[in-house]
Amino acid sequence: MSDQSGNESGVTREGLEHPRPGREAPADDLTVRRRGGAGGRGRGRGGGRRRRGRGERAMVPDVEFGSYYGKPVLNKPVWSAPDIAGYLFLGGLAGASSLIGAAADARGEDRLARVSKTGAAAAAVLSLSALVHDLGRPMRFLNMLRVVKVTSPMNLGAWLLSAYAPAALAAAGAALTGRFRPVGVAGTVGAAALGPAVASYTAVLLSDTAVPAWHDAHREMPFVFVGSGAMAAGGLGLLGAPVAQQGVPRRAGVLGAATEVGCLKLLEHRLGFVGEPYRQGRSGRWMKAGEGLALAGSALALLSRGEGCGRRTAGAVGGAMLLAGSACTRLGVFAAGVASAEDPRYTVGPQRERLQRRGAER
Amino acid sequence: MGLLSESEYDAPLPRMGFFTDTSVCIGCKACEVACKEWNHVPEDGLDFTGMSYDNTQGLGADSWRHVAFIENRTGATPVDLGMPQVGAPDAADGADGSGVRPDLPPGGDLIDGEGKLQWLMASDVCKHCTHAACLDVCPTGSLFRTEFGTVVVQEDICNGCGYCIPACPYGVIDQRKDDGRAWKCTLCYDRLGVGMEPACAKACPTDSIQFGPLDELRERAQARVEQLHEKGVDVARLYGHDPDDGVGGDGAFFLLLDEPETYGLPPDPVVTTRDLPVMWRQAGLAALALAAGVVAAAFGRKS
Repeated sequence: MSDQSGNESGVTREGLEHPRPGREAPADDLTVRRRGGAGGRGRGRGGGRRRRGRGERAMVPDVEFGSYYGKPVLNKPVWSAPDIAGYLFLGGLAGASSLIGAAADARGEDRLARVSKTGAAAAAVLSLSALVHDLGRPMRFLNMLRVVKVTSPMNLGAWLLSAYAPAALAAAGAALTGRFRPVGVAGTVGAAALGPAVASYTAVLLSDTAVPAWHDAHREMPFVFVGSGAMAAGGLGLLGAPVAQQGVPRRAGVLGAATEVGCLKLLEHRLGFVGEPYRQGRSGRWMKAGEGLALAGSALALLSRGEGCGRRTAGAVGGAMLLAGSACTRLGVFAAGVASAEDPRYTVGPQRERLQRRGAER
Repeated sequence: MGLLSESEYDAPLPRMGFFTDTSVCIGCKACEVACKEWNHVPEDGLDFTGMSYDNTQGLGADSWRHVAFIENRTGATPVDLGMPQVGAPDAADGADGSGVRPDLPPGGDLIDGEGKLQWLMASDVCKHCTHAACLDVCPTGSLFRTEFGTVVVQEDICNGCGYCIPACPYGVIDQRKDDGRAWKCTLCYDRLGVGMEPACAKACPTDSIQFGPLDELRERAQARVEQLHEKGVDVARLYGHDPDDGVGGDGAFFLLLDEPETYGLPPDPVVTTRDLPVMWRQAGLAALALAAGVVAAAFGRKS
């Protein structure tokens, strides 16, 4: 397309750029148009990074656009990956574990109930700590509670967690000590009621941004996240509960893994070009690791159903893999968003295409 | 003025804003300097980027005005830029008061020789959107809408959660690292309160940055773009002026001489919270699915 015009020389940050005819393969998808010195560099950078994608198929064909020296349009999130990906992972683990804990109570499986409730309470406390730690002004955390704002998922999340965490702690305390039964029941019921919301609202938190790979995934993301949460909570149950009480966590974990992997496929397919960071680069590797661990962990979890002496080990290893898989997926989703914000192609490309479509309709 | 008529004021003030006419920007960066001085904005890095004359690079916590420099080479052969010419301007230079020279491409200098250079300059700033994503997602209520229709961070409330940063579709607001809080243009809220115009507009020597009631600015911008079109500058277009766009129109809008993305601006920004009802619905469905899934898992036989 505009590749040949991109071969004129220009003075760039790296020095003089000489004409190199035929240096680059013809652009197969998005082409960043050469705009003199400015767009030229944008093209070089954006194009170079793209080419590492090893012949990705064209998702947004024939859309041309320039860029300002290849600089991102968006300011990328300043959140730290361990804090915020950890917060997503722990929120999912906590929410789904509270449900499993309540289910264990209903089935009279006290050991599983203890593991899941304790896990939920610990995860809730750690997730809140991660959130506070990531604030620029941690001492001002309580400012989150000076308003109630539906347009701010982080605000609603802070309210949700401040109701959920005490309930989860009460449930765990009663289960561990064997005392305060009424408080324990109230806590268990409360945590189980709020748990699904705790596991799913973090998806809205990510999607309610201008970050292309997060925003455009807003339909699938909550299902990915609850699947991932169920997978982690199932993994924890398999890891901690005795063999006789592993039925619920096994089924929940495998069902969760299937949901997570399936919904991610759907997400990537629907996002097309903007979904590239979920397949490529560092974020892509996290996602692949997450998927591999989810599948292998599920297989081991299912194997641990049978008879035999390896049963306990298979369950524990499978459970650990499900937990690790969920954490990898969260890190991958986080990194994919950051990668999509750093590259102006993911911001400008879809917008340009939208404008062209609108122009064509007119 | 639906934005302010919903406020509690009996007689709402007119919404104030900026119209930045980049066709007369000379890239002097007086706006950047005036902004920094008036608002005590700290140093934002002393880098030489090689991006033409732009060492600011973009808007952020410590850059509330940013002058972009774009060198569009229209010829095929590279050319030595040489020195700017000294002496009386051409007779044709803006003789009719429009600032347009029919012999030159719009926006900047033409360097004659084997190649031609079109030099675009534009001063970027917070857009003070009608539907401001930063304000919507702020969990503390630190970001608020002023009586002038502008969007301002209350720094004594901000807890540095950083949510506004990826929410902004223009990449304006950012976190000050040593301070932890989010910062951006206030449209000189303190100056507006006492009837003064913002520092950048005051300092702009060519009136490229114009400050005033938004209604008035929109009329003025329309007249200017028509004037440029009459002069044959077909590339002139307004950006952010349309109240029906994805952010409900910008409080600070622009006249550009190229596609928005050439200036580092998104061509069709949409406020992320437009899709929030769908997001909450999906999250609700997912939460129900999770509860149903665990209930289903609880109905198996004991292993």
